[in-house]
Amino acid sequence: MSKILIRGAKVLGGEPQDVLIDGETIAEVGTDLSAEGAEVVEAAGKVLLPGLVDLHTHLREPGREDSETVLTGTRAAASGGYTAVFAMANTFPVADTAGVVEQVWRLGREHGYCDVRPIGAVTVGLEGKKLAELGAMHESAAGVTVFSDDGKCVDDAVIMRRALEYVKAFDGVVAQHAQEPRLTEGAQMNEGVVSAELGLGGWPAVAEESIIARDVLLAEHVGSRVHICHLSTAGSVEIVRWAKSRGIRVTAEVTPHHLLLTDELVRTYNPVYKVNPPLRTERDVMALREALADGTIDIVATDHAPHPHEDKDCEWAAAAMGMVGLETALSVVQETMVDTGLLDWAGVADRMSVKPARIGQATGHGRPVSAGEPANLTLVDTAYRGPVDPARFASRSRNTPYEGRELPGRVTHTWLRGKATLVDGKLT
Amino acid sequence: MQRHLISAADLTRDDAVLILDTAEEMSRVADRPIKKLPTLRGRTVVNLFFEDSTRTRISFEAAEKRLSADVINFSAKGSSVSKGESLKDTAQTLEAMGVDAVVIRHGASGAPYRLANSGWIDAAVINAGDGTHQHPTQALLDAFTLRRRLVGRDAGLGQDLSGKRITIVGDVLHSRVARSNVDLLHTLGAEVTLVAPPTLVPVGVESWPCAVSYDLDSTLPKCDAVMMLRVQRERMNAAFFPTEREYSRRYGLDGDRMARLPEHAIVMHPGPMVRGMEITAEVADSGRCTAVEQVANGVSIRMAVLYLLLGGNEPAVTHSRTEEK
Repeated sequence: MSKILIRGAKVLGGEPQDVLIDGETIAEVGTDLSAEGAEVVEAAGKVLLPGLVDLHTHLREPGREDSETVLTGTRAAASGGYTAVFAMANTFPVADTAGVVEQVWRLGREHGYCDVRPIGAVTVGLEGKKLAELGAMHESAAGVTVFSDDGKCVDDAVIMRRALEYVKAFDGVVAQHAQEPRLTEGAQMNEGVVSAELGLGGWPAVAEESIIARDVLLAEHVGSRVHICHLSTAGSVEIVRWAKSRGIRVTAEVTPHHLLLTDELVRTYNPVYKVNPPLRTERDVMALREALADGTIDIVATDHAPHPHEDKDCEWAAAAMGMVGLETALSVVQETMVDTGLLDWAGVADRMSVKPARIGQATGHGRPVSAGEPANLTLVDTAYRGPVDPARFASRSRNTPYEGRELPGRVTHTWLRGKATLVDGKLT
Repeated sequence: MQRHLISAADLTRDDAVLILDTAEEMSRVADRPIKKLPTLRGRTVVNLFFEDSTRTRISFEAAEKRLSADVINFSAKGSSVSKGESLKDTAQTLEAMGVDAVVIRHGASGAPYRLANSGWIDAAVINAGDGTHQHPTQALLDAFTLRRRLVGRDAGLGQDLSGKRITIVGDVLHSRVARSNVDLLHTLGAEVTLVAPPTLVPVGVESWPCAVSYDLDSTLPKCDAVMMLRVQRERMNAAFFPTEREYSRRYGLDGDRMARLPEHAIVMHPGPMVRGMEITAEVADSGRCTAVEQVANGVSIRMAVLYLLLGGNEPAVTHSRTEEK
């Protein structure tokens, strides 16, 4: 493989430096590096980050290839600056056996746009009743380390306890979709002032917070670590903050949309804003931003959830829940965290690459931009600002809540182990 | 007036008063030997009902026919999804047949809003009840009934409901009637109090322009009208209240409670009534209960709404309002 010289990039937003890639690794980082024998990428003014890692992606294959496939999903990921994604287990069939996770993992390898790390289901069929063969999935070629019934909550306290205990044998982690099912029967949106007016079934904050409170206490009791998916309320932040202060091993993620959008948008009854957990209030949004800045929330994860057009082009109650996010995540984080002064680019690298790679044990990802490290890199034009155009998405689905909205930042290049997957904003 | 009628909250005071005044004119048609106006001749209105509601559908149909519109009734029982065809396709199919207005009843809150705002169709959309969101023509007919009874048929023309105290009792949480009435009665200057067990009041009600009480007996002596909402028996299975009897004892309107109302106060019910639950037969059949009158007024209100949305600005009925003042 040839050499690539990235010239004059602000590494993690710092002083301009040259980064020389040789083969699959970073050969040298410094100033005035020789371009001899190297393809040169002029990066003056742009920010260079370690390749982003998404701990929460729905690739939909197998089963719902009409909304996304491993190929289209990983192309979307590369387009958004990601070099590794964790594929959620709620496929058809469910990723609850070694066979299914190996298939997804292998498809990712074959396509080569982005490393795909399958997440295994905690329970058979996501039904919350019987543990799936977690050990078999871990020992498979896919090497599963993260387990989740995402889309459904592991609400049975005993099953959750057992899962937390069981994965300790191979240092796995259970990622909980915190949603008390009885409190959210018929839930359509955040329960509050707006739901009262619109007459849509409420999804109360307490349904998330009560499960998180229970699970951090369970994790403490059995000495396990637990990860909280898409934390969405100010109250959840308080609970996680308290748990961390007690030394409980809990990590948490927030989605880009929960950092930017509120339930006021539901007044349009446009299902593009329908998502689970639902968009919350301005107060929650501000609490989530602060928590991400101070480290209470560890990472940003997209919860990229593709849906075909017809599942959103209908009345609210009939619509599917979820938004695509891989191709807009970094822009939303720049808008909500960087441009507001809450986080610098080193902080973004930490929350979107270093920490998610660590939680998911994605070896070779989330590494420092320095000599000898794998060349998983993302180059961002942070000065750009423009409207989101879903027609340009690499994802098979278009269910973005940001259509037409002006957002900052544009990923121009992505390298996966030295191989360019995105060049000048175009997929290779 | 807007092009659609989706929510009572979209109406200004003047819009609402115009509709009520127009409905008074329309009501005179019912007194004529031939109950028909040529106003909507050649216009086609479809009653698109995704939920069963014979009462509301018949009321709209009567209003449409009295205005000489061509009427198509489309009953799509069950949700659009279970039926396999989407709301969008159903609506576009009907519009392709040359429909000028769609009167829609749907179990999903916001379905009429989507129909009016998604660019699916061009026809005017009238909300005939959506989920637990809105039922604006119900609120209008209730306001019409209130104005007639509390202000006067002729004296009420041009007037709103300033200072009138209206108590709404029952399952507010699941009620589009309550939401619509709170919005419209507030716009018309009335003071609204909701009375219900705390389980049947939505979280977030504090932003509504009304008061909330859990005690019926203390509010009754201070109101000009009490509106009883239907309470479905199934609610007690979801633990909204312990038993039917306890609900009736605490929140039902019986003869003794009615006696606590001021002399002039009326009892309203949007129907269908669950006798023995929220209202006793004694009250329902008393002269103070306007339930039947509300049904008659519903036709006049729906005629007024259809006329104002579709008929343009020409007077519907020749009249001389100045003489009536």
